Amino acid sequence: MSIELIDEPVGVHPQEPVISARDVRVWYGTTRGAIRAVDGVSFDLAPGETLGLVGESGCGKSTLGRGLMGLLPDGAKRDGQVLFKGRDISSMSRKAAYQMRGRELAMIFQEPMTRLNPLMRVSQHFEETIKQHAPALSRAEVRERALETLRLIGIPPTRYKSYPHEFSGGMRQRLMIALALVLRPAFVVADEPTTALDVLVEAQIVQILNDLRRNFGTSMLLITHNVGIVAEACDRMAVMYAGRIVEQGSVVDVFKNPRHPYTRALLRSTISLRTTGLNFIPGAPPDLVDPPDGCRFHPRCPDAMNVCATHNPVNIERPGGGRIECWLSGPDDQIPAGGKQPLKQEGLAVADEA
Amino acid sequence: MSRAGSGSLPRYILQRAVLVIPMIWVILTLVFVVLRVAPGDPVSAALGGKLDQQALDQRREALGFNRPLIAQYWDYLSSVVRFDFGTTFSDNQPVLHVIRDNGGATLSLTLAAFLIALLVGIPLGLVAGRYRDSAADVVIRLFGILTYAAPIFFVGFLLQVYVAKPLGLPTSGAASPITVFTVKPVTHILLFDVFLSGNGTAIEDVLKHLLLPAVTLGLLICGVFIRLVRVNILQTMQSDYVEAAEARGIDRGKVTWRHAFRNALVPVITVIGLQFALLLGGAVLTESTFNWPGLGQKLVVYINDRDYGAVQGIVTIFAIAVVLISLLVDIVNALVDPRVRY
Repeated sequence: MSIELIDEPVGVHPQEPVISARDVRVWYGTTRGAIRAVDGVSFDLAPGETLGLVGESGCGKSTLGRGLMGLLPDGAKRDGQVLFKGRDISSMSRKAAYQMRGRELAMIFQEPMTRLNPLMRVSQHFEETIKQHAPALSRAEVRERALETLRLIGIPPTRYKSYPHEFSGGMRQRLMIALALVLRPAFVVADEPTTALDVLVEAQIVQILNDLRRNFGTSMLLITHNVGIVAEACDRMAVMYAGRIVEQGSVVDVFKNPRHPYTRALLRSTISLRTTGLNFIPGAPPDLVDPPDGCRFHPRCPDAMNVCATHNPVNIERPGGGRIECWLSGPDDQIPAGGKQPLKQEGLAVADEA
Repeated sequence: MSRAGSGSLPRYILQRAVLVIPMIWVILTLVFVVLRVAPGDPVSAALGGKLDQQALDQRREALGFNRPLIAQYWDYLSSVVRFDFGTTFSDNQPVLHVIRDNGGATLSLTLAAFLIALLVGIPLGLVAGRYRDSAADVVIRLFGILTYAAPIFFVGFLLQVYVAKPLGLPTSGAASPITVFTVKPVTHILLFDVFLSGNGTAIEDVLKHLLLPAVTLGLLICGVFIRLVRVNILQTMQSDYVEAAEARGIDRGKVTWRHAFRNALVPVITVIGLQFALLLGGAVLTESTFNWPGLGQKLVVYINDRDYGAVQGIVTIFAIAVVLISLLVDIVNALVDPRVRY
């Protein structure tokens, strides 16, 4: 028995992006000055497409995801444009934006153990969410919808009335996914959905996310620092460094042919059976209150040139599709004379290495 | 497995209730050991120097203190099981009657004080926590510290002078003599008896007497609740499940109430139980300030008289009461928080 749940067909205009971020900036005010956690990020997400967002801890991945959702903490400011199906949600009233959450935009979080209210049954979580956005539904219809979604993620209906503490971590993450998807949002931010789970459960969750995307045409921003998951579950990937997306393109192409030195280093650092030594990137991500001049990666970049230390890299079409910000990929005509000479790096201090 | 957790409430209550018996036994034994094994004996402590040796021995024999300890222990346990808590030495009253008459007054005062503390403390704590660092928060925090720090006799005195006088409220005792005389004792707790009698003037009289002592004591406890609730709200407002509910687009009000407030109030139940047990011992200062005929005042008199019989009987009943209150707290906790039932 299959129940038709989709109210409106998703992706009426396949060419129109579901989400389109234009020069999005997010900064947190601190006593030292503003931390520019996300500093001018642009990307498009087509219906049914999954974009993998990778990068080191603290590079602004989660902040970007929350910024798109409008879920930033007090004291954070957002700038730039976020278009959802052509509508600007970044300039909407607080209330209108709030109402879109859960129905059009959903979020799956990193740690499933603490994301459900311990005093409420699973059924109450579902009822609350569905009733909030579809108040006209009867109790029976609400129940039917919830159970249908639970079935899709492999939670038996007998567990509907259980409390969160009666589930394992993997099951709770599946519940969170079901809760996020019960209203069939067109766009989902999944913020490291498998980081807190063991490897087998991780594979399961990735599988579930893949299935859901295929079944409902949900677009997803999958935030992770596990490059393997990107390879498994994403169509395109974006590499983030110090608040900017430095390279984005199709997963196959970026994996086969990484252009940005940071992407190369990130891909090299993954561990497999053939790994003989650990590859890491020396140094630590820069201070986002006062980021380095020019390319933010230049102090750690093995291929840095003179121009990298002085001029911001230009965002250009990436050879092979996508976008890239790296002087190594050009444009050559904007590099000043002598700019192509290798940069003399000051040796990394021991403190930086730590 | 699937039904084990949420359906096992009756089993949890049963398990918890069965545990009460060994707990009470341990406490009774402790009470007995501490009072009897301590050097000196009750009779010479109470009457030594006032009577000659022969009279003292006679007393000891009459009270059974010359028998082996183990036999006395057995007597004590078996009489407690029969709800016989002994008699006081100094005024030769059954301890049960002391508890009933004076304990009833203390219970009324405690209940009324708690009602006030909860009605004032929880809403103020919720507001302070929800609107952190606002003017309201600052004022409420200050109020909380002030009520907690101000000595009872001082607050009581201020209320007597500045509130009781202008409003014509009584400042001493639990009721007018005429009320005590006319109301028929059914439960021997005046507050309940007066309502059972249905006598309007008597009810008004008792409530008027109760008001100021209850407010004085209630303000003291409400400081604890304000702080506790505020801190818990701050924590739950920042919790992962509150953020997740916001991400699902649930109304702000519903998120605050259903997710943040409810979770913040769980630890309060435990503290209510603890405070209640504490207050049953008699709020001596409040009782003295308002000349309240409660257990606290009475206990001080018995201790001064070195009345072992009274002290042992009262302590025994307290111990049992505290165990029963903690049972009640556990049950309420289990009703509210499903995680406790494991």
